[in-house]
Amino acid sequence: MATGQLAVWWVVASEVVIFGGLLAAYIEYRMAHPAWAGHAAHTNVVAGAFNTFVLLTSSLTAVLAHQAAEAGNGRKAAKLLGCTMSGALVFLAVKAFEWTTEIQAGYTITANSFWSFYYTAAGIHALHVIAGAIIMGFVARDALAGRELHRVELIGIYWHFVDVVWIFLFPLLYIAK
Amino acid sequence: MSDPAMPAADHDHHQMSFWAQYIFATDHKMIAKQYMFTGLAMALIGGFFSYCLRMQLAFPGIDVPGYGMVSAGEYNALVTNHGTIMIFWVAMPLLIAAFGNFLIPLMLGCDDMVFPKINRLSFQIFFLSTIVLLASFAVPGGAFGGAWTAYPPLSAKAAYSLTPAGSSLWLLAVALEFVAFLLGGINFITTTMNARAPGMKAFDIPLVVWMIVLASIIFMLSVGPLVAGAIMLLFDQVLGTGFYDPARGGDPVLWQHMFWFFGHPEVYVVLLPALGITADVISVFARKRPFGLRLIIYSAIGVGVLSFVVWAHHQFISGIDPRMANIFTITTLLISVPVAEMIFLYMATLYRASITLTTPMLWALAFVAEFMIGGVTGIFLGDSASDIYFHDSYFVLAHFHYTFFPIAIIAVFAGLTFWYPKMFGRMLSETLGKIHFWGTIIPFNLIFIPLFVLGLGGQHRRIYNYQHFSDLASTGFQDIRVFATIALLVLLGFQLVFIYNFFASMKKGRVAEKNPWRSNTLEWTTASPPPHGNFAGAFPTVYRGPYEYSVQGRESDFWPQDVPD
Repeated sequence: MATGQLAVWWVVASEVVIFGGLLAAYIEYRMAHPAWAGHAAHTNVVAGAFNTFVLLTSSLTAVLAHQAAEAGNGRKAAKLLGCTMSGALVFLAVKAFEWTTEIQAGYTITANSFWSFYYTAAGIHALHVIAGAIIMGFVARDALAGRELHRVELIGIYWHFVDVVWIFLFPLLYIAK
Repeated sequence: MSDPAMPAADHDHHQMSFWAQYIFATDHKMIAKQYMFTGLAMALIGGFFSYCLRMQLAFPGIDVPGYGMVSAGEYNALVTNHGTIMIFWVAMPLLIAAFGNFLIPLMLGCDDMVFPKINRLSFQIFFLSTIVLLASFAVPGGAFGGAWTAYPPLSAKAAYSLTPAGSSLWLLAVALEFVAFLLGGINFITTTMNARAPGMKAFDIPLVVWMIVLASIIFMLSVGPLVAGAIMLLFDQVLGTGFYDPARGGDPVLWQHMFWFFGHPEVYVVLLPALGITADVISVFARKRPFGLRLIIYSAIGVGVLSFVVWAHHQFISGIDPRMANIFTITTLLISVPVAEMIFLYMATLYRASITLTTPMLWALAFVAEFMIGGVTGIFLGDSASDIYFHDSYFVLAHFHYTFFPIAIIAVFAGLTFWYPKMFGRMLSETLGKIHFWGTIIPFNLIFIPLFVLGLGGQHRRIYNYQHFSDLASTGFQDIRVFATIALLVLLGFQLVFIYNFFASMKKGRVAEKNPWRSNTLEWTTASPPPHGNFAGAFPTVYRGPYEYSVQGRESDFWPQDVPD
């Protein structure tokens, strides 16, 4: 395997256990506290579902960017990465809207342990979205100039991981009643 | 797609500015030395802390020379940070980062790590973490004093710990340290997988590299839950969440699970590199291939896998289900099988070998002997029935010092004295080395064997002044405490011999040739110290395994890896 790919996979492996530990703790608590289903009912499922759709679409454009980079078309790859970054922005904007309404309704991080987990898990995930989007900016800049095209695939691997984490977070935090 | 030539780009031998060479170095050998000197400096600080707290225990209320009166809060901070420093800022940077960075590219026959800039970032973050930890002593309330395991509620609530800023700085320092080692570990693993010399197959990789890479993988797969747990603890401290507060739907035992899910594998993260160093040293000075070479590697992998399922033996009295305790008793006793196997293989290597008792060899043999005491006493603690009696006593303390001292001190000295000629181009003094060896090993045993006795007598850990407890205040007990403390003073005094030897030999030591120990591995085929880029352009090709010593029918008793048949 190429060295860069190998390194990104190891990064993903170490991240999986970070989210794994957090979600395992959440699930343990959740099963011990049936009352949390009532708290979860106050989350905005529509906004969460929309964000799931946005992230999945942004992963699609990341794959298309990889395809363009494989074909040597750096310009197209950069544009598609731009779409993915816009997806990240939309995701964060929706998140900001959700959190604002929830905090205004009194559901803050200290309201109870469900909301503590809600903000902690989604917050750590959002940090990964932000970090990924920033790194993607550098990769896209290079790709536009036709440089370091192999990195388009590497940031794509990372982006799919961020996407998959959300696929776990969404049902666990929003849907499970 | 691939980028095979990544590190080679700017690696010609050329004069570099002070900043490029020392502060913003990407050369793995310089980063290794940065880690080494930081780790050794932290060892002195950790040793100084142990001196302060032992003086308080032996002579309660005394004005400790060089420190002053130790208050109860300071005592807690000293104990906590002694443990934290010795494990995270001494064992980890020395065994994994210093030896890993120095040896992996040299032993694999390449010019540097595959990601030199990530390597540099790793050290910079580590150095920052060191500053944060030391700075925690200067904040209002003082440094964190809730033990290196940081159990809530003591660590979560400032009202209990009395160190509001110290607790958070401690947590931040540990978190930064983890980031540094995750970055470093990615380099170690990918370099070993992708940058080996032509011809070097998996079993041609020297054991020390095997062990450091396995340790990096174990670290990477175990530290995640604690990172998540640390964020939750930080939120409990500064935002007022209740993750670990039972009154608010939390559970303090959750932290114990997350801490020890990492904390116990961490023991093997530092043990495996120590076993790797000693295997290489023993093989060279026994002039023999390690007995059961592949079995050593398979055992290490077995240890790594089992290390993930033993953590709850730290929690036998935390109120976990006794049926669960039985399961963890079984897994804990199981893990001693592959470790014991490795120790037996090392002893079998010595059988009918032509042994030379150089200083590194003495350290390596001492590691095997002393670690065995740590391992055997661990059996009593791994069993939930006897652990209920021993828990949190000095028996536990003596047990884990008999594992960690061999790992973090004895094996490190084995490695430092063995690779010193390659690092600095000079030989250490053998006479001073042996004085230092005996001056360390004898007092080490005199410190900790008495502590086993105290533990069996019921002496608890983490007590500021035993005179406050009528059943522990007897003169008989106090005499033992004084004896152990005097032995510690002797041990610390003899470290001056090493410090002198280490620095004086850099200037005045006999100039080291390429291969002073007549060893087979690739780092000895280049100059001492190796130039920037390591092999001066002529990268080696590997033809055989690293341990072909005393091969029958050959005139010389060693057969370097890069010599064609």
